[in-house]
Amino acid sequence: MAARHQASGVQAGRLSADAIAENFSDLHPAFDAHEAAVAADRCYFCYDAPCMTACPTDIDIPMFIREIQAGHPEAAARTILEQNILGGMCARVCPTETLCEEVCVREVAEGKPVEIGRLQRYATDTLMAAGVHPFTRADATGKKVAVVGAGPAGLSCAHRLAMHGHDVVVYDRRNKPGGLNEFGIAAYKSVDSFAEREVDWLLQIGGIEIVTGRTLGEDLSLDSLCSEFDAVFLSIGLAGVNALRAEGADKQGVRDAVDFIAELRQAEDLSALEVGRNVVVIGGGMTAVDAAVQSKLLGAENVTIAYRRDRDAMGASRFEQDLAASKGVKLMFNVQPVAVHGNGAATEIELEYTSNQTGTLTGTGETVRLVADQVFKAIGQTLEGAPEALALDGRKIAVTGAGRTSVDGVWAGGDCAAGGDDLTVTAVAEGRDAAMDIHDSLMG
Amino acid sequence: MADLTTEFLGIKSPNPFWLASAPPTDKEYNVRRAFEAGWGGVVWKTLGSEGPPVVNVNGPRYGAIWGADRRLLGLNNIELITDRPLEVNLEEITRVKKDYPDRAIIVSLMVPCEEQAWKDILPKVAATGADGIELNFGCPHGMAERGMGSAVGQVPEYIEMVTRWCKENYDKPVIVKLTPNITDVRYPARAAKAGGADAVSLINTINSIVSVDLDNMAPQPTIGGKGTHGGYCGPAVKPIALNMVAEIARDPETHGLPISAIGGITTWRDAAEFMAMGAGNVQVCTAAMTYGFRIVQEMISGLSQWMDEKGYSSTSDFIGTAVPNVTDWQYLDLNYITKAKIDQDLCISCGRCFAACEDTSHQAIAMSEDRVFTVKDEECVACNLCVNVCPVEGCITMEEMAAGTVDPRTGETVSDDYANWTTHPNNPGACAAE
Repeated sequence: MAARHQASGVQAGRLSADAIAENFSDLHPAFDAHEAAVAADRCYFCYDAPCMTACPTDIDIPMFIREIQAGHPEAAARTILEQNILGGMCARVCPTETLCEEVCVREVAEGKPVEIGRLQRYATDTLMAAGVHPFTRADATGKKVAVVGAGPAGLSCAHRLAMHGHDVVVYDRRNKPGGLNEFGIAAYKSVDSFAEREVDWLLQIGGIEIVTGRTLGEDLSLDSLCSEFDAVFLSIGLAGVNALRAEGADKQGVRDAVDFIAELRQAEDLSALEVGRNVVVIGGGMTAVDAAVQSKLLGAENVTIAYRRDRDAMGASRFEQDLAASKGVKLMFNVQPVAVHGNGAATEIELEYTSNQTGTLTGTGETVRLVADQVFKAIGQTLEGAPEALALDGRKIAVTGAGRTSVDGVWAGGDCAAGGDDLTVTAVAEGRDAAMDIHDSLMG
Repeated sequence: MADLTTEFLGIKSPNPFWLASAPPTDKEYNVRRAFEAGWGGVVWKTLGSEGPPVVNVNGPRYGAIWGADRRLLGLNNIELITDRPLEVNLEEITRVKKDYPDRAIIVSLMVPCEEQAWKDILPKVAATGADGIELNFGCPHGMAERGMGSAVGQVPEYIEMVTRWCKENYDKPVIVKLTPNITDVRYPARAAKAGGADAVSLINTINSIVSVDLDNMAPQPTIGGKGTHGGYCGPAVKPIALNMVAEIARDPETHGLPISAIGGITTWRDAAEFMAMGAGNVQVCTAAMTYGFRIVQEMISGLSQWMDEKGYSSTSDFIGTAVPNVTDWQYLDLNYITKAKIDQDLCISCGRCFAACEDTSHQAIAMSEDRVFTVKDEECVACNLCVNVCPVEGCITMEEMAAGTVDPRTGETVSDDYANWTTHPNNPGACAAE
């Protein structure tokens, strides 16, 4: 057992299947009815509640909690889902500590917010467990809309369009819908195939066709979509990854964190998944934390997140940083990779300390070497495959209003569009709002 | 540490906390546990006449309402008087009193409204050595249908008559327990006094239906598809009891009549309030039934601490001291003017004061873009609703305006002269100021 754990290089089966199953269990287990009642009773039903303002999808949080208090979690779910059709996933993955729960008046008063995320999950899980889809389609409009990308933004947009009576075809480059809900996100936040079940549940609205294995710019063109459909919504995410500009970055054992996470999410058997004994993750966002924590949970002995700026600049929230630390991940700040060493396969990574004193980040010249048989790159994703006709804003698709692009009849939302945080909940809001704008312009 | 020893009708108990006549005092076993826990006295659960005892329902006896976190606020019951044989109860009372001579034991009684029935039971009770009796003229369910309990308590003439029979046939103190299910509690209290009662105790439970089973369309607790009203008690009834105690304490006809207060007493503070309002001691039931007998320790230490802080060495130092300050609305000083004030350091910005004031009251609270809530003195009528809905105790307070300042709401200068409705110019029946 110890030998497997300490095997050097990138190896599968560092821990027993049981230990791995335990490690990857639900991060925030579901409330039972009693726990939900106790948690719901803490809500003050604030006026113009700060939590509601902080929610990118404007869920009427005091109202749904009051509905739980009053014994109707299904009604609470409806209140949630009217604003956010992926309320089930958002309840699991939202960084509530920097959104609704951060501004909860009880967080301000006592340092202990109402547990909004878990209450939301209690409500949506109750409704989904009952097999209920609480929305019905309006009369058919005869309009057809194409959605490219079956992630949170695309699914949210498709559902809202279908609800208004439009026929929707959702294309996705992968073999399965869900986007980052299915292929990103730490596994312990979405156990029991929740992403897949949620998509199935969402599609119960009807009027949505999912077509997988189609990539924009390859076997799908914006021109043909525009001529075939009345409107197009692009939610293609950020398919590219930033390159690691360090000597030896092509060595064996250096890998994109998003690929590792996607493989992990799709793995039938986690104990068959390979991970290094000494893992270094480069980056400071949620992807870096998800890759680092899951490496540790798979049995890596030493896992370090190396981030080039200081703690405050880190994209991952303090809660996520603490989660990583609690799992035994070491956080290093103000270090940037300069070289990966090793004969063919990585054995060490060389990091240079950085300074931000002049306003621009510069290397101090002092370096440190860490043993590393696996290096994950989590230094950001980039837009890839966006049609050339679309104007860009920086490195993303430029949009005005509710996701209108520079091309008439084409909307965009989610991570691929400029503006807004790259969060599931933000993508859902953008998809929903674009759908309403598409609906208005088609029917107006 | 303050001395909590209380003498009520000459009956001494180590503290003023008695258990009321109710399920907790139905048996020797429970009463012994209560005394071991520290209770100063008990009123033994109501005894009925000799012969086959009453029977209780075999379905649920209690219903309840709850506050946040399922804190029990109100309890309702349809239990009758003791359903154990009279002889068993009398034997147990005798034994317990012998073992706990320093604790008060009062025996609650309810027999038919016939003199002979009382003449039969009173010598038996006297033989137990108990310290006194309490006449149960209060239970509003079951027994009332048989002409006892509140059926007697609702007719002042019956109260007086039965009280007189008891005084004539029993040597020790007679306490008359009153029902709140009447329009003016002063009448039954006066009747008790006229009959020679040594004291009154109140309140007994209030007619109530706590909830309806919406699946079976029946009141709860539901017995075989039907329900009936029960007697309501617990923290929710405290304000009703407090008012009734005050009414009797300040009625010139009953002023000075000893009162044993009952009704939602849960902590030392509730007890202190009832005693300040004229009660010589207090009786507790629901709090014990909710949390067990140990709560009396908090009551004892809490009352002692408060008395020490206030400089009271004995309970008699403060009993009744709030009574002179209970008056009629018409005598309230209309020149006393306050304004709500929000402590911004304590405010957690929930906005409940704003919602309450803006939607349901006087639009006297302003809300800024960044959720700072402030009182608009020019609109504030000092209703106190904001204070009551605020989740943070002490965050919103009512500040008195000093004489000589101008009330921005009325534009009038605040006067420190006392002026009430009886002399107000808007009062058609105003008498001229003297």
